[in-house]
Amino acid sequence: MTSPPPTSALRCRGLVKRFGAVTAVNGLDLDVKSGECFGMLGPNGAGKTTTVEILEGLTPADAGEVEVLGQRWQGDGHALRSRLGVQLQETKFPEKLQVAEVMALFRSFYPHGMTVREALAIVGLQEKAGARVNTLSGGQKQRLSLACALIGDPELLFLDEPTTGLDPQSRRQTWDIVEGMKARGRTVLITTHYMEEAAQLCDRVAIVDQGKVIALDTPRALVSSLGAEHVVEFAVENGVALSEPALAALPSVEGVAFEDGTWRLTVREVHRTVPALLAMLAERGAAPTHLTTHHATLEDVFMALTGRRLRDG
Amino acid sequence: MAETRDRPRSPLVELTYARLRELIREPEAVFWVFVFPIILTAILGLAFRSRPPDALRVAVAAGANAEARSAAITAGEGLEPRVMPEKEALEALGRGRVVLVVSGGEPPTYSYDPTQPESRAARLAVDTALQKAAGRADAFVPARSEITEPGTRYVDFLVPGLLGMNIMGTGMWGIGFSLVVARNGKLLKRLVAAPVRRGQILGAQIIARLLFLIPEAAALLIFANLVLDVPLRGSFLLLSVVSLLGALAFSGIGLLAAARPRTIEGVSGVMNLVMVPMWIFSGIFFSTERFPAAIQPFVQALPLTGLNDALRAVMLEGAGLVTVLPELALLAVWGIVSFVIAVRVFRWQ
Repeated sequence: MTSPPPTSALRCRGLVKRFGAVTAVNGLDLDVKSGECFGMLGPNGAGKTTTVEILEGLTPADAGEVEVLGQRWQGDGHALRSRLGVQLQETKFPEKLQVAEVMALFRSFYPHGMTVREALAIVGLQEKAGARVNTLSGGQKQRLSLACALIGDPELLFLDEPTTGLDPQSRRQTWDIVEGMKARGRTVLITTHYMEEAAQLCDRVAIVDQGKVIALDTPRALVSSLGAEHVVEFAVENGVALSEPALAALPSVEGVAFEDGTWRLTVREVHRTVPALLAMLAERGAAPTHLTTHHATLEDVFMALTGRRLRDG
Repeated sequence: MAETRDRPRSPLVELTYARLRELIREPEAVFWVFVFPIILTAILGLAFRSRPPDALRVAVAAGANAEARSAAITAGEGLEPRVMPEKEALEALGRGRVVLVVSGGEPPTYSYDPTQPESRAARLAVDTALQKAAGRADAFVPARSEITEPGTRYVDFLVPGLLGMNIMGTGMWGIGFSLVVARNGKLLKRLVAAPVRRGQILGAQIIARLLFLIPEAAALLIFANLVLDVPLRGSFLLLSVVSLLGALAFSGIGLLAAARPRTIEGVSGVMNLVMVPMWIFSGIFFSTERFPAAIQPFVQALPLTGLNDALRAVMLEGAGLVTVLPELALLAVWGIVSFVIAVRVFRWQ
């Protein structure tokens, strides 16, 4: 590239989008730096897709400012679009076309980019070049969609829930492709409701809930913002009351939450908390029906912030 | 393995290729576009093929003079008399097995239904035959000129109508269906997110449809000309212009029908709403002149009426450009107006 990349690949301020009485995006700010992989993590309905479609210039915002690669959306945004790669959730490509034909079609839209062969190699679909779209598996269709997003060799890549509905192996393949994009110095904005995906791929993660960014940092910093690295979850027999202050007073406990009959303690050192917890339960005659511990994750960060889980149900 | 080109073609060319490939790889589309009109033409051509006119069946009531009357009627023109008891004869008339009954003494009584053209024709022919037998002389013998040449048969009337119907159907379904499927599957949205002009996306649909017109019209016309001897009296060039303008007009209307619906069910409803009236009113199977004067302005304003009239004028009457100019203007107005509205209200996602 001849000109030095701008420091900010993507910038939006005070984004608002309403659909009737529903406010899908409610004053959302984002700054994505050039060359980073930025994740928007949030439950379904948090406003991630609406936000991405505003950033992609597909949906007009009701309020707020958007700058993509230093430009605002105006007119059909033709020149700007040729610098972006876009993957939407579930695009159905023409079923009777062959994979390479779909790729050639998308390649024809871009003034520069890779060859069909190169793009197919990146997503590992070379041997499917002559196959019709309707013979592909779900994971292969998703990779075709990814290849169409990559073929213009974009500076900025939008991936909206790229692994939703995929089996673990296909998910791994998608992650490898995104890692490859990062290695080529491309900027990636990815939305997901899988906390493993955000933790694995993203340099920084914005946690989004109800149309707003409620936390933003590197995955590691977000987890350590809990003040403790482990989570102890337990439940006791019905009818036995435990008090939050009593649990908070146990050694090494940093946070206490109760939801759906399960207590969640964020703790620094499991080996100090658990014996004291068991002793306290025995003293009160409350036999635990369930007790687990795990390393704190982004899911725990989301729960600490909202009191709800990322995934429905 | 598909051919991979190093140098990409223009988006318009790729979009058009994509659409053509989709059409050709859809066996059902190929059947409805190419095979069905030919089968329909063949069947209807067979059903309405030229043959000697049927004799009119009349009954003569049994009696003393029945045999003489029957002989006189047989000597008449295009009549087939049968002698039967009067009661049976009147029953046969009621059931439509005969169109007239001759009964009574001298002079005879003719029983017939004057609202039926065949009955009226039989009355004239029977009367002439019996009067002649009774001694009436013809005042003069007219010269005859019988016309059953190609170009006036039903199948000649039918083929241009079927061609018009096919141009309408392919234009509307071909464009409407593919756009709604693309909208429903978010492909339109994905295309809009890419650096491709919206005019090219819609333009490719129309170009693909016009290219498809060539084999489509050719298949029907070659079959009709070689097998059924349907004539082409006007210029081939003018016939092509009329077909092309018809295809353009229905592309515009198809685009408009598909401008908003999100589902196949939705667009099918709109398509039927638009096409069914034209199947009935636009003179595919019978002449539009059969409709009362009160609805003629509506009938004549329909684009398929214009297309069918122009196709018939060029094929059967050898009409020139000036003659079909009003029909061409009608098609152009329909095409332009619906295209402009369609582009304005088009739902891209």
